[in-house]
Amino acid sequence: MPQLEQIHTFVGQIFWLVITFGFLYLILWKAALPRVSSILLERQERIDEDIRRAGEFKQEAEKAVAAYEKLVADARSNAQALIREANEIQAHNAASQQEALTEKIKSDLEIAEKRIQNARAEAINNIQSVSVEVAQAAASRLIGIEIAPEEAKAAVTLAIQAKN
Amino acid sequence: MAIEGEKHSPLEQFEIKELIPINIGGTDISFTNSALMMVVTVALICLLMLVGTRRRAMIPGRWQVVAEMCYQFVANLIRDTVGNEGRKYFPFIFTLFMFILFGNMLGMLPYSFTFTSHIAVTFAMAMVVFTGVTLLGLAKHGIHFFSLFVPPGVPIWMWPLMIPIEIISYLSRPISLAMRLFANMLAGHTLLKVFAGFVPLLGAAGILPLAFVGALTALELLIAFLQAYVFTILTCLYINDALHLH
Repeated sequence: MPQLEQIHTFVGQIFWLVITFGFLYLILWKAALPRVSSILLERQERIDEDIRRAGEFKQEAEKAVAAYEKLVADARSNAQALIREANEIQAHNAASQQEALTEKIKSDLEIAEKRIQNARAEAINNIQSVSVEVAQAAASRLIGIEIAPEEAKAAVTLAIQAKN
Repeated sequence: MAIEGEKHSPLEQFEIKELIPINIGGTDISFTNSALMMVVTVALICLLMLVGTRRRAMIPGRWQVVAEMCYQFVANLIRDTVGNEGRKYFPFIFTLFMFILFGNMLGMLPYSFTFTSHIAVTFAMAMVVFTGVTLLGLAKHGIHFFSLFVPPGVPIWMWPLMIPIEIISYLSRPISLAMRLFANMLAGHTLLKVFAGFVPLLGAAGILPLAFVGALTALELLIAFLQAYVFTILTCLYINDALHLH
Protein backbone atom coordinates (compact mmCIF):
# COMPACT_ATOMS: atom_id res chain seq x y z
CA MET A 1 0.00 0.00 0.00
CA PRO A 2 1.74 3.24 -1.14
CA GLN A 3 0.20 5.14 1.78
CA LEU A 4 2.30 3.17 4.25
CA GLU A 5 5.27 2.33 2.02
CA GLN A 6 6.24 5.74 0.69
CA ILE A 7 7.07 7.03 4.14
CA HIS A 8 9.73 9.33 2.72
CA THR A 9 6.92 11.36 1.09
CA PHE A 10 5.17 12.12 4.40
CA VAL A 11 7.09 15.27 5.12
CA GLY A 12 6.57 16.50 1.56
CA GLN A 13 2.83 15.76 1.70
CA ILE A 14 2.43 17.58 4.99
CA PHE A 15 4.59 20.46 3.73
CA TRP A 16 2.41 20.98 0.67
CA LEU A 17 -0.74 20.46 2.72
CA VAL A 18 0.32 23.26 5.07
CA ILE A 19 1.26 25.54 2.15
CA THR A 20 -1.93 25.00 0.11
CA PHE A 21 -4.29 24.83 3.07
CA GLY A 22 -2.74 27.92 4.64
CA PHE A 23 -2.94 29.83 1.38
CA LEU A 24 -6.58 28.81 0.88
CA TYR A 25 -7.36 29.76 4.49
CA LEU A 26 -5.88 33.22 4.01
CA ILE A 27 -7.69 33.83 0.73
CA LEU A 28 -11.04 32.66 2.09
CA TRP A 29 -10.65 34.41 5.44
CA LYS A 30 -9.48 37.76 4.09
CA ALA A 31 -11.19 38.00 0.71
CA ALA A 32 -13.84 35.49 -0.23
CA LEU A 33 -15.85 34.99 2.95
CA PRO A 34 -16.20 38.71 3.83
CA ARG A 35 -17.40 39.30 0.29
CA VAL A 36 -20.02 36.53 0.38
CA SER A 37 -21.05 37.62 3.84
CA SER A 38 -21.50 41.24 2.71
CA ILE A 39 -23.47 40.09 -0.35
CA LEU A 40 -25.82 38.05 1.84
CA LEU A 41 -26.13 40.85 4.37
CA GLU A 42 -26.87 43.43 1.68
CA ARG A 43 -29.50 41.19 0.17
CA GLN A 44 -31.10 40.56 3.56
CA GLU A 45 -31.11 44.30 4.29
CA ARG A 46 -32.61 44.98 0.89
CA ILE A 47 -35.32 42.38 1.48
CA ASP A 48 -36.07 43.75 4.94
CA GLU A 49 -36.16 47.29 3.54
CA ASP A 50 -38.51 46.23 0.75
CA ILE A 51 -40.79 44.45 3.20
CA ARG A 52 -40.81 47.52 5.44
CA ARG A 53 -41.65 49.79 2.50
CA ALA A 54 -44.34 47.43 1.33
CA GLY A 55 -45.84 47.64 4.83
CA GLU A 56 -45.74 51.44 4.66
CA PHE A 57 -47.41 51.45 1.26
CA LYS A 58 -50.05 49.11 2.57
CA GLN A 59 -50.76 51.44 5.48
CA GLU A 60 -50.96 54.38 3.11
CA ALA A 61 -53.33 52.48 0.88
CA GLU A 62 -55.48 51.60 3.88
CA LYS A 63 -55.51 55.25 4.89
CA ALA A 64 -56.54 56.26 1.37
CA VAL A 65 -59.31 53.65 1.39
CA ALA A 66 -60.55 54.95 4.76
CA ALA A 67 -60.50 58.54 3.46
CA TYR A 68 -62.34 57.48 0.33
CA GLU A 69 -64.97 55.64 2.32
CA LYS A 70 -65.41 58.64 4.60
CA LEU A 71 -65.77 60.85 1.53
CA VAL A 72 -68.43 58.57 0.07
CA ALA A 73 -70.31 58.40 3.38
CA ASP A 74 -70.16 62.21 3.75
CA ALA A 75 -71.37 62.71 0.21
CA ARG A 76 -74.22 60.26 0.78
CA SER A 77 -75.36 61.98 3.98
CA ASN A 78 -75.02 65.38 2.26
CA ALA A 79 -77.13 64.18 -0.61
CA GLN A 80 -79.75 62.83 1.76
CA ALA A 81 -79.88 66.15 3.61
CA LEU A 82 -80.27 67.99 0.32
CA ILE A 83 -83.06 65.67 -0.76
CA ARG A 84 -84.84 66.12 2.56
CA GLU A 85 -84.50 69.90 2.36
CA ALA A 86 -85.76 69.97 -1.21
CA ASN A 87 -88.70 67.78 -0.22
CA GLU A 88 -89.55 70.10 2.64
CA ILE A 89 -89.37 73.21 0.44
CA GLN A 90 -91.47 71.48 -2.15
CA ALA A 91 -94.08 70.47 0.41
CA HIS A 92 -94.11 73.96 1.89
CA ASN A 93 -94.49 75.58 -1.53
CA ALA A 94 -97.25 73.23 -2.48
CA ALA A 95 -99.13 73.92 0.75
CA SER A 96 -98.86 77.69 0.39
CA GLN A 97 -99.84 77.57 -3.27
CA GLN A 98 -102.83 75.45 -2.46
CA GLU A 99 -103.83 77.89 0.27
CA ALA A 100 -103.50 80.86 -2.06
CA LEU A 101 -105.49 79.05 -4.69
CA THR A 102 -108.21 78.19 -2.21
CA GLU A 103 -108.37 81.84 -1.14
CA LYS A 104 -108.61 83.00 -4.71
CA ILE A 105 -111.31 80.46 -5.51
CA LYS A 106 -113.26 81.55 -2.44
CA SER A 107 -113.05 85.22 -3.37
CA ASP A 108 -113.90 84.47 -7.00
CA LEU A 109 -116.85 82.49 -5.79
CA GLU A 110 -118.03 85.38 -3.63
CA ILE A 111 -117.67 87.82 -6.50
CA ALA A 112 -119.56 85.50 -8.78
CA GLU A 113 -122.32 85.03 -6.25
CA LYS A 114 -122.62 88.78 -5.84
CA ARG A 115 -122.85 89.22 -9.57
CA ILE A 116 -125.50 86.55 -9.74
CA GLN A 117 -127.48 88.31 -7.03
CA ASN A 118 -127.17 91.65 -8.79
CA ALA A 119 -128.19 90.12 -12.06
CA ARG A 120 -131.16 88.52 -10.44
CA ALA A 121 -132.24 91.77 -8.75
CA GLU A 122 -131.85 93.62 -12.02
CA ALA A 123 -133.77 90.95 -13.81
CA ILE A 124 -136.53 91.18 -11.24
CA ASN A 125 -136.66 94.97 -11.69
CA ASN A 126 -136.79 94.63 -15.43
CA ILE A 127 -139.54 92.06 -15.18
CA GLN A 128 -141.51 94.42 -12.96
CA SER A 129 -141.40 97.32 -15.38
CA VAL A 130 -142.13 95.06 -18.33
CA SER A 131 -144.94 93.40 -16.38
CA VAL A 132 -146.50 96.79 -15.59
CA GLU A 133 -146.57 97.70 -19.26
CA VAL A 134 -147.84 94.25 -20.20
CA ALA A 135 -150.52 94.48 -17.58
CA GLN A 136 -151.62 97.96 -18.82
CA ALA A 137 -151.69 96.84 -22.41
CA ALA A 138 -153.50 93.64 -21.63
CA ALA A 139 -156.11 95.45 -19.57
CA SER A 140 -156.82 98.05 -22.25
CA ARG A 141 -157.15 95.41 -24.93
CA LEU A 142 -159.11 92.93 -23.05
CA ILE A 143 -161.44 95.00 -20.97
CA GLY A 144 -160.98 98.47 -22.40
CA ILE A 145 -159.88 100.09 -19.19
CA GLU A 146 -156.86 102.28 -18.88
CA ILE A 147 -155.09 101.42 -15.67
CA ALA A 148 -152.98 104.07 -14.04
CA PRO A 149 -149.29 103.16 -14.00
CA GLU A 150 -149.14 103.37 -10.21
CA GLU A 151 -152.00 100.95 -9.80
CA ALA A 152 -150.59 98.53 -12.29
CA LYS A 153 -147.26 98.71 -10.66
CA ALA A 154 -148.72 98.02 -7.26
CA ALA A 155 -150.69 95.09 -8.57
CA VAL A 156 -147.69 93.60 -10.32
CA THR A 157 -145.53 94.00 -7.28
CA LEU A 158 -148.23 92.31 -5.26
CA ALA A 159 -148.47 89.47 -7.77
CA ILE A 160 -144.72 88.95 -7.88
CA GLN A 161 -144.46 88.95 -4.15
CA ALA A 162 -147.25 86.39 -4.00
CA LYS A 163 -145.37 84.27 -6.52
CA ASN A 164 -142.25 84.48 -4.57
CA MET B 1 1.68 -5.88 0.83
CA ALA B 2 4.56 -5.83 -1.57
CA ILE B 3 2.85 -5.00 -4.80
CA GLU B 4 5.61 -2.94 -6.34
CA GLY B 5 6.51 -4.08 -9.81
CA GLU B 6 3.06 -5.58 -10.22
CA LYS B 7 1.35 -3.82 -13.14
CA HIS B 8 -2.18 -2.39 -12.90
CA SER B 9 -2.60 -3.09 -9.25
CA PRO B 10 -5.74 -1.46 -7.81
CA LEU B 11 -3.43 0.33 -5.38
CA GLU B 12 -1.20 1.76 -8.09
CA GLN B 13 -3.44 4.82 -8.29
CA PHE B 14 -2.40 5.86 -4.79
CA GLU B 15 1.29 5.97 -5.66
CA ILE B 16 2.95 9.31 -5.11
CA LYS B 17 5.04 10.41 -8.07
CA GLU B 18 7.64 13.13 -7.99
CA LEU B 19 7.00 15.86 -10.53
CA ILE B 20 9.59 18.47 -9.47
CA PRO B 21 12.23 17.14 -7.09
CA ILE B 22 12.90 19.61 -4.27
CA ASN B 23 15.26 18.82 -1.43
CA ILE B 24 15.94 21.27 1.37
CA GLY B 25 18.50 20.34 4.00
CA GLY B 26 18.15 16.63 3.31
CA THR B 27 14.37 16.78 3.63
CA ASP B 28 12.39 15.64 0.60
CA ILE B 29 9.65 18.17 -0.15
CA SER B 30 9.33 17.42 -3.86
CA PHE B 31 6.36 18.75 -5.75
CA THR B 32 4.38 15.56 -6.35
CA ASN B 33 1.09 14.56 -7.97
CA SER B 34 -0.44 14.90 -4.48
CA ALA B 35 0.84 18.47 -4.15
CA LEU B 36 -0.37 19.21 -7.69
CA MET B 37 -3.90 18.10 -6.79
CA MET B 38 -3.80 20.24 -3.64
CA VAL B 39 -2.83 23.24 -5.75
CA VAL B 40 -5.59 22.47 -8.26
CA THR B 41 -8.08 22.11 -5.40
CA VAL B 42 -7.09 25.47 -3.92
CA ALA B 43 -7.19 27.10 -7.36
CA LEU B 44 -10.70 25.78 -8.06
CA ILE B 45 -12.03 26.86 -4.67
CA CYS B 46 -10.55 30.33 -5.15
CA LEU B 47 -12.05 30.44 -8.65
CA LEU B 48 -15.48 29.57 -7.29
CA MET B 49 -15.41 31.79 -4.22
CA LEU B 50 -13.68 34.83 -5.75
CA VAL B 51 -14.51 34.85 -9.45
CA GLY B 52 -17.99 33.42 -8.86
CA THR B 53 -18.87 36.28 -6.55
CA ARG B 54 -16.99 39.10 -8.32
CA ARG B 55 -20.17 40.81 -9.54
CA ARG B 56 -21.65 40.95 -6.01
CA ALA B 57 -25.02 40.60 -7.70
CA MET B 58 -28.18 41.24 -5.73
CA ILE B 59 -29.77 38.51 -7.86
CA PRO B 60 -26.95 35.95 -8.08
CA GLY B 61 -25.82 34.08 -11.16
CA ARG B 62 -25.13 30.34 -11.19
CA TRP B 63 -21.65 30.44 -9.72
CA GLN B 64 -22.55 32.98 -7.12
CA VAL B 65 -25.46 30.78 -6.04
CA VAL B 66 -23.07 27.85 -5.62
CA ALA B 67 -20.64 29.98 -3.60
CA GLU B 68 -23.47 31.32 -1.42
CA MET B 69 -24.87 27.82 -0.94
CA CYS B 70 -21.49 26.54 0.28
CA TYR B 71 -21.21 29.53 2.61
CA GLN B 72 -24.67 29.06 4.06
CA PHE B 73 -24.31 25.30 4.29
CA VAL B 74 -21.22 25.60 6.48
CA ALA B 75 -22.63 28.60 8.37
CA ASN B 76 -25.78 26.65 9.25
CA LEU B 77 -23.71 23.62 10.21
CA ILE B 78 -21.72 25.70 12.69
CA ARG B 79 -24.77 27.47 14.05
CA ASP B 80 -26.59 24.17 14.61
CA THR B 81 -23.69 22.42 16.31
CA VAL B 82 -21.72 25.15 18.09
CA GLY B 83 -24.07 28.11 18.19
CA ASN B 84 -23.16 31.76 17.79
CA GLU B 85 -19.77 31.38 19.49
CA GLY B 86 -18.74 29.22 16.54
CA ARG B 87 -18.68 32.20 14.18
CA LYS B 88 -15.03 32.86 15.06
CA TYR B 89 -14.01 29.47 13.69
CA PHE B 90 -16.08 29.81 10.52
CA PRO B 91 -13.16 30.63 8.16
CA PHE B 92 -11.18 27.61 9.33
CA ILE B 93 -14.12 25.20 9.20
CA PHE B 94 -15.18 26.52 5.81
CA THR B 95 -11.64 26.06 4.47
CA LEU B 96 -11.53 22.55 5.92
CA PHE B 97 -14.87 21.57 4.38
CA MET B 98 -14.12 23.01 0.94
CA PHE B 99 -10.59 21.58 0.87
CA ILE B 100 -11.71 18.05 1.70
CA LEU B 101 -14.82 18.23 -0.48
CA PHE B 102 -12.94 19.47 -3.56
CA GLY B 103 -10.07 17.06 -2.87
CA ASN B 104 -12.49 14.13 -2.71
CA MET B 105 -14.45 15.24 -5.76
CA LEU B 106 -11.37 15.90 -7.91
CA GLY B 107 -10.16 12.43 -6.94
CA MET B 108 -13.23 11.01 -8.69
CA LEU B 109 -11.94 12.19 -12.07
CA PRO B 110 -10.18 9.39 -14.00
CA TYR B 111 -6.35 9.57 -13.92
CA SER B 112 -6.42 12.16 -11.16
CA PHE B 113 -5.14 11.65 -7.65
CA THR B 114 -6.96 11.77 -4.31
CA PHE B 115 -4.73 13.42 -1.73
CA THR B 116 -7.30 12.67 1.00
CA SER B 117 -6.65 8.95 0.46
CA HIS B 118 -3.26 9.37 2.14
CA ILE B 119 -3.05 8.83 5.87
CA ALA B 120 -0.28 11.42 6.18
CA VAL B 121 -2.59 14.16 4.91
CA THR B 122 -5.74 13.14 6.78
CA PHE B 123 -3.80 12.55 10.00
CA ALA B 124 -2.09 15.92 9.71
CA MET B 125 -5.48 17.62 9.33
CA ALA B 126 -6.96 15.60 12.19
CA MET B 127 -4.01 16.51 14.43
CA VAL B 128 -4.43 20.19 13.63
CA VAL B 129 -8.10 19.94 14.61
CA PHE B 130 -7.32 17.91 17.73
CA THR B 131 -4.50 20.16 18.94
CA GLY B 132 -6.42 23.30 18.11
CA VAL B 133 -9.53 22.12 19.94
CA THR B 134 -7.54 21.01 22.99
CA LEU B 135 -5.69 24.35 23.18
CA LEU B 136 -8.98 26.16 22.70
CA GLY B 137 -10.55 24.28 25.59
CA LEU B 138 -7.54 24.87 27.85
CA ALA B 139 -7.46 28.57 26.98
CA LYS B 140 -11.15 28.99 27.67
CA HIS B 141 -11.59 26.85 30.80
CA GLY B 142 -8.03 26.43 32.15
CA ILE B 143 -7.69 23.42 34.45
CA HIS B 144 -11.46 23.06 34.52
CA PHE B 145 -11.20 21.76 30.95
CA PHE B 146 -10.27 18.34 32.33
CA SER B 147 -13.78 17.96 33.75
CA LEU B 148 -14.54 16.93 30.16
CA PHE B 149 -13.16 13.53 31.13
CA VAL B 150 -15.64 13.12 33.98
CA PRO B 151 -19.00 12.13 32.55
CA PRO B 152 -21.81 13.97 34.31
CA GLY B 153 -24.09 11.93 36.56
CA VAL B 154 -21.63 9.09 37.13
CA PRO B 155 -21.17 8.00 40.78
CA ILE B 156 -17.71 8.61 42.23
CA TRP B 157 -16.85 4.91 42.62
CA MET B 158 -17.19 4.57 38.84
CA TRP B 159 -14.66 7.34 38.17
CA PRO B 160 -11.53 5.14 38.14
CA LEU B 161 -13.17 3.17 35.35
CA MET B 162 -14.85 6.00 33.45
CA ILE B 163 -12.05 8.55 33.43
CA PRO B 164 -9.50 6.35 31.63
CA ILE B 165 -12.19 5.37 29.10
CA GLU B 166 -13.02 9.02 28.48
CA ILE B 167 -9.33 9.93 28.13
CA ILE B 168 -8.74 7.10 25.67
CA SER B 169 -11.80 8.07 23.67
CA TYR B 170 -10.61 11.70 23.63
CA LEU B 171 -7.12 10.75 22.51
CA SER B 172 -8.48 8.43 19.81
CA ARG B 173 -10.43 11.28 18.24
CA PRO B 174 -7.70 12.35 15.77
CA ILE B 175 -7.03 8.72 14.84
CA SER B 176 -10.69 7.97 14.12
CA LEU B 177 -11.07 11.29 12.30
CA ALA B 178 -8.04 10.59 10.10
CA MET B 179 -8.78 6.90 9.56
CA ARG B 180 -12.40 7.46 8.61
CA LEU B 181 -11.59 9.82 5.74
CA PHE B 182 -8.50 7.92 4.63
CA ALA B 183 -10.17 4.49 4.71
CA ASN B 184 -13.30 5.65 2.93
CA MET B 185 -11.34 7.21 0.09
CA LEU B 186 -8.95 4.25 -0.12
CA ALA B 187 -11.68 1.59 -0.09
CA GLY B 188 -13.93 3.37 -2.56
CA HIS B 189 -11.23 4.03 -5.10
CA THR B 190 -9.77 0.54 -4.75
CA LEU B 191 -13.19 -1.05 -5.24
CA LEU B 192 -13.79 1.07 -8.35
CA LYS B 193 -10.45 0.02 -9.77
CA VAL B 194 -11.02 -3.67 -8.98
CA PHE B 195 -14.40 -3.75 -10.69
CA ALA B 196 -13.13 -1.70 -13.60
CA GLY B 197 -10.39 -4.34 -13.99
CA PHE B 198 -13.07 -7.03 -14.46
CA VAL B 199 -14.61 -5.22 -17.41
CA PRO B 200 -12.00 -6.13 -20.06
CA LEU B 201 -11.39 -9.58 -18.51
CA LEU B 202 -15.02 -10.71 -18.86
CA GLY B 203 -15.43 -9.63 -22.47
CA ALA B 204 -19.11 -9.30 -23.44
CA ALA B 205 -20.21 -10.09 -19.89
CA GLY B 206 -18.10 -7.12 -18.86
CA ILE B 207 -21.23 -5.06 -19.16
CA LEU B 208 -22.18 -6.27 -15.67
CA PRO B 209 -19.12 -4.95 -13.81
CA LEU B 210 -19.34 -1.83 -16.00
CA ALA B 211 -22.88 -1.16 -14.79
CA PHE B 212 -21.69 -1.85 -11.27
CA VAL B 213 -18.83 0.61 -11.68
CA GLY B 214 -21.37 3.19 -12.85
CA ALA B 215 -23.53 2.69 -9.79
CA LEU B 216 -20.46 2.63 -7.56
CA THR B 217 -19.25 5.93 -9.03
CA ALA B 218 -22.53 7.55 -8.02
CA LEU B 219 -22.15 6.08 -4.54
CA GLU B 220 -18.56 7.30 -4.36
CA LEU B 221 -19.65 10.84 -5.28
CA LEU B 222 -22.06 10.68 -2.36
CA ILE B 223 -19.34 9.35 -0.07
CA ALA B 224 -16.93 12.05 -1.25
CA PHE B 225 -19.41 14.67 -0.08
CA LEU B 226 -20.45 12.75 3.00
CA GLN B 227 -16.90 12.28 4.30
CA ALA B 228 -16.14 15.98 3.88
CA TYR B 229 -19.36 16.67 5.77
CA VAL B 230 -18.55 14.14 8.52
CA PHE B 231 -15.03 15.51 8.99
CA THR B 232 -16.43 19.03 9.24
CA ILE B 233 -19.33 18.25 11.55
CA LEU B 234 -17.07 16.25 13.90
CA THR B 235 -14.68 19.19 14.02
CA CYS B 236 -17.65 21.40 14.93
CA LEU B 237 -18.74 18.96 17.64
CA TYR B 238 -15.23 18.87 19.10
CA ILE B 239 -15.14 22.67 19.15
CA ASN B 240 -18.54 22.63 20.84
CA ASP B 241 -17.20 20.19 23.45
CA ALA B 242 -14.19 22.41 24.09
CA LEU B 243 -16.36 25.52 24.42
CA HIS B 244 -19.19 24.12 26.50
CA LEU B 245 -17.71 20.97 28.17
CA HIS B 246 -20.57 18.46 27.67
